[in-house]
Amino acid sequence: MAPALCAICKTERALIKRPKNHAKLCKGCFISIFEDEVHYTITSSKLFFPGEKVAIGASGGKDSTVLASVLKTLNERHNYGLDLVLLSIDEGIKGYRDDSLETVKRNAVQYDMPLKVVGYDELYGWTMDQVVETIGKKGNCTYCGVFRRQALDRGAKMLGIKHVVTGHNADDVAETILMNLLRGDLPRLSRSTSIVTGDNRSEVKRSKPLKYSYEKEIVLYAHHKKLDYFSTECLYSPEAFRGSARSLIKQLERVRPSAILDIVRSGEDMARLVPGESSSGCGCKEKSDTLAVAVDDGGGGGCGSTNGRSPGGEMAAMEQELRQNEAFEGLEIDVASTISRVKETEKEAQKDVPLKNGNKNVRPVARQVLGSCKRCGYMSSQDICQASHIQAGRPRCPFVLVKSLIGSAAKGKGKSNDDSIGNQRLEGDRHGDGVFGLVVNCVSCIVEELEGGKGKAYAEPCAALNGGLYLPR
Amino acid sequence: MSLTIPITVDFSGGLEMLFSNKRRHSLSIPALFTEEKDGKGEGEGEGEEEDKGKPVTIAFLVDYLCKNFMKDPRSDLFVLDGHIRPGILVLINEADWELEGEETYEIQAGDNILFVSTLHGG
Repeated sequence: MAPALCAICKTERALIKRPKNHAKLCKGCFISIFEDEVHYTITSSKLFFPGEKVAIGASGGKDSTVLASVLKTLNERHNYGLDLVLLSIDEGIKGYRDDSLETVKRNAVQYDMPLKVVGYDELYGWTMDQVVETIGKKGNCTYCGVFRRQALDRGAKMLGIKHVVTGHNADDVAETILMNLLRGDLPRLSRSTSIVTGDNRSEVKRSKPLKYSYEKEIVLYAHHKKLDYFSTECLYSPEAFRGSARSLIKQLERVRPSAILDIVRSGEDMARLVPGESSSGCGCKEKSDTLAVAVDDGGGGGCGSTNGRSPGGEMAAMEQELRQNEAFEGLEIDVASTISRVKETEKEAQKDVPLKNGNKNVRPVARQVLGSCKRCGYMSSQDICQASHIQAGRPRCPFVLVKSLIGSAAKGKGKSNDDSIGNQRLEGDRHGDGVFGLVVNCVSCIVEELEGGKGKAYAEPCAALNGGLYLPR
Repeated sequence: MSLTIPITVDFSGGLEMLFSNKRRHSLSIPALFTEEKDGKGEGEGEGEEEDKGKPVTIAFLVDYLCKNFMKDPRSDLFVLDGHIRPGILVLINEADWELEGEETYEIQAGDNILFVSTLHGG
């Protein structure tokens, strides 16, 4: 077979066939078009402002390594004026994260960027190794994922940085869209399409500059630029549901490579149809946007095979934001009342229509938002949070999850309610839901005790705020 | 037929772990192979094919690697339903195999075949 020539320069041998349009390109032209497209995403979405300090969530894996490399290149080429820092989370998984952190350390030297490593042990008093030792491998990804996303924000705050970029690629976004589609969860589907999430008033915002980049091209970019990245599966296996969505995406890609970007576009179009949800480039003004995140990630995410794949948010940030929202309500009312749709939308919203609870024009939103899930006690705009509701019997809220895991671990070992595992003392089934174990509700999270007064003993700051799982005595 | 051709096979992106944790493998593979028939004795031309054999292809190589070099029981991370698992990229002398006929590419002496997974950690 005669080698094909590059469709752009027409001189070099084509080495890459682009999934999005089947264009055959040589190495040089591929690298430059890949960078140009990320540049286009960045400028068209106005992701950065000159002089902005930006933390790159770096795992040492392909996506974040390519992100760091491309951002450095573009920052210099187009004078973004960004102050780039690598931010890594050490979950405390021996033989996995310690190795990948070595890669990040090399990247810091290669890209001449400062590196900050934040450990679960310092933030929460637990390493994932210890968590798994306690609760087993099942479901630990969810726990890990939720806490990693929070850890990224906390790391950024330690550095005085308000913007974290992550290496989520088009495949990741398509996968999340599909998962939400399969779950029938349009509001979350809508939010997952945003390129920016989080709040830019005071908290850390997130963005995904590689949102439109194919995973295949990311790997090829890393290969052809000989980037130094780490690739080993996390020792604690990825979540099955995400895994199957991933396989599906990859199989679709084999048959029809454009499918991935098509799903992303479809997701964006669907997002526009979801009442009250905004998928505009920036979700920063959306209260529900940030709110949804923990639940969001708690359920959807785990880490799967890609770290911090879901758009991130943070529990503490969320709580703080909720309080702010309350404070801002007075200010917002004027704006809101000028919007003609408010009245009718408001009525709808009051009728508990979960789909509409994110409408920023609707005043009652903050009220709804401030409730707590009756099941898990975590913040929710509904009586039963989506996480608990949708996956009835398989709670997704990280707090309930921890409880149920400990509970099932205890059952599995044939131990009684008040028995212990390791040095963890377990609680009985206080909720009457067959779930027993750690109780990690939080005074700061829960405005009102929903457990009929049983919850006095829960009155401790939650793990997320307190640097460790709360263990009842 | 004992003719062999030398090639190098690289694994990366996490696939190394399926093949003795080694990235580069220098191999001598048979230059020709005979296609296995599904039903024995079904094909009349079988004997003839055995004599001639066919040039080895990527499809043959994948099967050959699984049978001879896979040290890990998780072969489904490499092969799914008899084909390279979707999400694994194959580069033939640095070029995307999609440009080279994919599984039907006939392997030449000195070729470098790289299997790189996109499926692992990010």
